[in-house]
Amino acid sequence: MWVFRFVGLRLVQAVPVLLGISLVAFLAIHLVPGDPVRIMLQGRASDAAVAEIYARLGMDRPLLVQYARFVGRAVTGDLGTSIIQRAPVATIVGERLVPSSFLLVYATLLSVLIAVPLAVWAAARRNRLADHLIRLGGTVSFAMPSFWIGLILILGFGLTLKWFPIAGFGRGFGGHLHHLFLPALTIALFLAPLLIQSLRAAMLDAMTAEHVEVARAKGLSESRILFKYVLRAASIPVVTILAVNIGWLVSGSVIVESVFSVAGLGMLLVHAVSTRDYPVIQGLTLVFAVMVIGTNLLADLAYALIDKRVRAE
Amino acid sequence: MTTTTLAPSALRAEVARWSPSLWIGIGLLAFIVLAGLFAPWLTPYDPLRQDYGAALRAPDAAHWFGTDSLGRDLFTRSLYAIRTDLVIGFWTTYVPMLIGVLLGAYAGLKGGWFDAVLMRVIDTALAFPFLVLIIVILAILGPGTQNIYIAVFLVGWTMYARLARAEMLVESGKDYILAARTLGFPTARILLRHALPNVINSSIVFSMSDFVLNILLVSGLSFLGLGVPAPTPEWGAMVAEGKDFMQQAWWISTLPGLMIVLTGVALALLGDGLTHRLGDRHVTGH
Repeated sequence: MWVFRFVGLRLVQAVPVLLGISLVAFLAIHLVPGDPVRIMLQGRASDAAVAEIYARLGMDRPLLVQYARFVGRAVTGDLGTSIIQRAPVATIVGERLVPSSFLLVYATLLSVLIAVPLAVWAAARRNRLADHLIRLGGTVSFAMPSFWIGLILILGFGLTLKWFPIAGFGRGFGGHLHHLFLPALTIALFLAPLLIQSLRAAMLDAMTAEHVEVARAKGLSESRILFKYVLRAASIPVVTILAVNIGWLVSGSVIVESVFSVAGLGMLLVHAVSTRDYPVIQGLTLVFAVMVIGTNLLADLAYALIDKRVRAE
Repeated sequence: MTTTTLAPSALRAEVARWSPSLWIGIGLLAFIVLAGLFAPWLTPYDPLRQDYGAALRAPDAAHWFGTDSLGRDLFTRSLYAIRTDLVIGFWTTYVPMLIGVLLGAYAGLKGGWFDAVLMRVIDTALAFPFLVLIIVILAILGPGTQNIYIAVFLVGWTMYARLARAEMLVESGKDYILAARTLGFPTARILLRHALPNVINSSIVFSMSDFVLNILLVSGLSFLGLGVPAPTPEWGAMVAEGKDFMQQAWWISTLPGLMIVLTGVALALLGDGLTHRLGDRHVTGH
């Protein structure tokens, strides 16, 4: 089964990076200047209580032992315990995973829905007015801060028109779709320009490919060539572009979740930083990085499914 | 430009390379920089002085952008914020670029263990969402302007190192590098005198959009309360201050945010133009 071999090989290749990630997450607590436990307890604790927490967290052991234990536990899904929230970090993070994943998938679909027609239009009208306008729109859209766009959408579609709720996750699938529409649109507005740009370039490449020239010579209509051959060839780079930009997508969601009060991972991170909840910060560091690596792996796999040549590597 | 001596067809090609976006970008950016420099002469107000009698005024002839909940003139604060955001954006772009290009080019030229270790470090850094990594570093060091610098200097160079290394791998096979090596020039000299001018172009082109992203980063961090501390005028912090007044005073968040868009568009246009002039050989053009 090539799938298992392919995934296995990619996982082995990812080992150095995974080790690096775990080291960064591990150090997130240990590099804090001063005493992280006292900072978390905000000076309210007696020396005995501090020593007790140190022992409970295993922070009284040598660093190397602590690191080995940290990695060993993380592999089994144990991300430690939040002293402030008095709950396992894995549980706290797990509760937030659904709203964030929903938002990320929703935003990705919206940006594809926005980008594909505009990219097709821009490529078909290359160097004409529509193409220039789409490019200018992309430049402006790229420069707009997502927290600002989010507030403008709240002002326009939430407070004034009252079409969409301005905060929260909602109930049920329909409720999620309704509540997360504005946040997803906010993210899509900065992801779409990137997609349009690369999709347009890929389509222009595909338009001059030999089999397209042949189709043209045989007298197929331009629109049929566009949709049948060019768009199909250009859809492969879209998967890659989405995977490459997953980091930006997640970064954007951190800010957008805060603007729209969506109880996801990003809002949890901002909250954990302001309450100095280091075990949660540490757990989130791992989870976010694994999300990026996992997405890239999936994209590689999708790529291999589409293109047989990649499998041979 | 000595375009007068060119044949008509070559002249047309040359003019086509002067993209209007380059000039519009330079013009807009110069306008913004000058507005920041001459802010004290352009407005009669003090960016920090509070005036509760004038709180939450809508935009009018006296207060172009209105006033905030503390009665401070928002146009004045937006102008002074040019100094904050543009300066932080500049250093958080070009210090990492310098570090990244040097490390990446050296790794590409030398290879060996240095290259291997550097690539693993870069892969690790790029596995994190950029904002998440910066927030984690700020969680360790504490919020504030100085720590933003430290955080971005620690992480921002990785993208440039990857770009410069890739360019260097192409260059190092070329004859002029082989010739310099055969002549026994020291590595540092080959790197700085011969290779650098050829490997830096793609980084310069990338730096323009990176500049935009860094301004968005700084204002975003300030919006989240992790960035530039309170009384200092900063666009993202101003947008955040208006968040709770959206219904009564829409101008507090929207108008300072427009300054970010304007600056971003100026830099993006400049970058587009540079891509056309420098980049076609190095960066995949259209």
